[in-house]
Amino acid sequence: MKLTKTLLASTALTVAAGMTLADGHMASEMTIVSWGGAYSNSQQQAYHNPYAEKTGVEIINDESSAEAVAKLRAMNEAGNVTWDVVDVVAADAIRLCDEGLAMEIDPDEHLAPAPDGTSAADDFGDLLVSDCFIPQIVYSTTFGYRTDMVGDTPPTSVCAVFDTEAYPGKRSLEKRPINNMEWALICDGVPKDEVYDVLETAEGQQQALDKLATIKDDVIWWSAGADTPQLLADGEVVMGSTYNGRLFSVIEEQKQPVAMLWDAQVFDLDGWIIPTGLSDERKARALDYIYFATDTQRLADQAKYISYGPARASSAPLVGQHADLGIDMAPHMPTDPNNAKNTFLYNYEFWADYRDDIDAKFQAWLAQ
Amino acid sequence: MAALTPISRTPVSFYVPVVAAAGAVAGLLVGTAQGSSLLGIGIGALLMAALAFVTTQVARAETPSRWAMVGLLGIAGFVMGGFAAAIIGALFGWFFGWFSFWLYEGRYRAYVAPYLTPGQVLWHYTFRVICGAILVFLITPILVVMPLSFNAEDFFTFTPEMLRFDPAGYSLKHYEDFFTNSDWQNALANSVKIAPMATLLSVSFGTLAAIGLSQPHVPFRRAIMAILISPMIVPLIISAAGMYFFYSRIGLQGTYVGVVLAHAALGIPFVIITVTATLVGFDNSLTRAAANMGAGPVTTFFRVQMPLILPGVISGGLFAFITSFDEVVVVLFVGSAGQKTLPWQMFTGLREQISPTILAVATILVIISIALLTVVEMLRRRSERLRGMSPG
Repeated sequence: MKLTKTLLASTALTVAAGMTLADGHMASEMTIVSWGGAYSNSQQQAYHNPYAEKTGVEIINDESSAEAVAKLRAMNEAGNVTWDVVDVVAADAIRLCDEGLAMEIDPDEHLAPAPDGTSAADDFGDLLVSDCFIPQIVYSTTFGYRTDMVGDTPPTSVCAVFDTEAYPGKRSLEKRPINNMEWALICDGVPKDEVYDVLETAEGQQQALDKLATIKDDVIWWSAGADTPQLLADGEVVMGSTYNGRLFSVIEEQKQPVAMLWDAQVFDLDGWIIPTGLSDERKARALDYIYFATDTQRLADQAKYISYGPARASSAPLVGQHADLGIDMAPHMPTDPNNAKNTFLYNYEFWADYRDDIDAKFQAWLAQ
Repeated sequence: MAALTPISRTPVSFYVPVVAAAGAVAGLLVGTAQGSSLLGIGIGALLMAALAFVTTQVARAETPSRWAMVGLLGIAGFVMGGFAAAIIGALFGWFFGWFSFWLYEGRYRAYVAPYLTPGQVLWHYTFRVICGAILVFLITPILVVMPLSFNAEDFFTFTPEMLRFDPAGYSLKHYEDFFTNSDWQNALANSVKIAPMATLLSVSFGTLAAIGLSQPHVPFRRAIMAILISPMIVPLIISAAGMYFFYSRIGLQGTYVGVVLAHAALGIPFVIITVTATLVGFDNSLTRAAANMGAGPVTTFFRVQMPLILPGVISGGLFAFITSFDEVVVVLFVGSAGQKTLPWQMFTGLREQISPTILAVATILVIISIALLTVVEMLRRRSERLRGMSPG
């Protein structure tokens, strides 16, 4: 019967094709995990493409950084670590390091020195917040506002977020206590250097939540970095917090009527870790990649594609122009002196100690 | 359809309030969009009641009155919100013109049985409105996605240009992105490699299982059936986590074969169910007749049984294919970045960068799904016709 033969033949062909596809590449590829979107694209251009060209290693991008900690735990339990290099925020790196899921790095042995001979440890300086963490960028969480919805007096202070009379409309805030609690206290009159002292106490935490409660009805809570840009572009919120690189893209690349409010921006770090449990061959390749991708020139190159500040002191003077738009990137860096007049450094130790407790309180408060 | 009941004109006290109620609903929609629901309800009810009264009692001529309403509401829409609103206004005008005269002339009574009470007539139409509302509720999200995928901007937003039907507000750039971006193309290639293999395994194993389980002499039939169908019932995340740890131990995690096997396991229940359903109508004396004439079991299967149950096999296969093609949870666990499928790419894209490319892909997938389901339906009809079950 003709149909049967056709079915059998196509079966055989598909099976054969499937088997050949199943094998194939495996020899020289590495999986690099990052956040996706414009950020992954900047890494692709600045690190992956030159590295692949130089060594012939094929790089596979996995966009799973958001659940990196959970997935690395599961991989470790299953004894099957499939990631070679992982991009995580500093707080996650500290956790992974404590749990033994990330490999310790000796900066002077594993990382390239600056062109002028300064050792890597000195070049990164204070940003080496964990033994397992190789900082890559400094980013900040800050506010953007719709220029056409704030009238003649654009906001200049972060406290505009809490001023619903002068700036009516919805605002978007991240659905977690970090940063929101600090901003609430600052706008409730707590001096900047006392914020974490106040936040250690139950009364201080209540004070922050009470301040947030004054605008609770006007807040749209976000959980993905792409939410606030979408809400701003829609005009659904008058102002909202997100990562500064996202706002740069909304303003300069998408030409939306949005402006930055750099006041009280919170600095944070993002960088690489290498998981433990890799074979010697894969570990050597991961280290080789890290050595290449975090040298002075490569970090400066990344700033051509996204407005995050390079983590090395020696990279800052090399930051040039945007690759497509041709505008100077230096004034868009969160670390630029004009933008960094009033900044806030995320306190890793505080949040490592208090995160679970305050998270629980914050979620309970949200549900009220 | 011939009229069942003679009709007569209805009193003003009946149809004007009904039109007013419908006007209130329409006013609620428009008013909410404009910022004030209550005002919308009031204006909608009054305006529609007045128009219904004037057109039926003062103007009386039906065709000109209805055209006048289309024009009037169209112009009102244009004044309120431009060209797009004018079309919506004209549609409202058409509907209310028709609705007013439909009630006034008593036409609503014509096609229902004469012995129905007013309450039953009301339910007759309410039931249809409810069905229509459910349909709209199910379809709207898909319909909203399609025009947004032609957005010229990189956000999920109906821009003013789009609402004015300005060609500058539309573009195919998100479709272009899908067809040129290597991330999306790799994801598409992976999906296209994984889904057919998974379907093939599902269909082979599922069909064999269904045939075996339909034999009355197999012991523990129900228990075996329950186990085989369990991937459909157990929450996906639990299957996925279990598969992750199991496949990691045996070295299948993060491989092409692993993802295919996982998707095959998910697809098998669909094949079993559809094939079992077609086997109910299968006459086992046919296989005995084939055996009687000297055909072995394999020949009997391919020559006699398979052609008769083929529609069930194919529709089961299509369900298995769509399962694999749409699946995101299991592939996130069992796959690695090398097996990133389309749904996975959409999932990360939705979280990390809200790009209308996702909508373009969604539109393409919807069209593929519609095409596949149409094929299933046509096959079903063909088989019914061949078996003489329907006159078609």
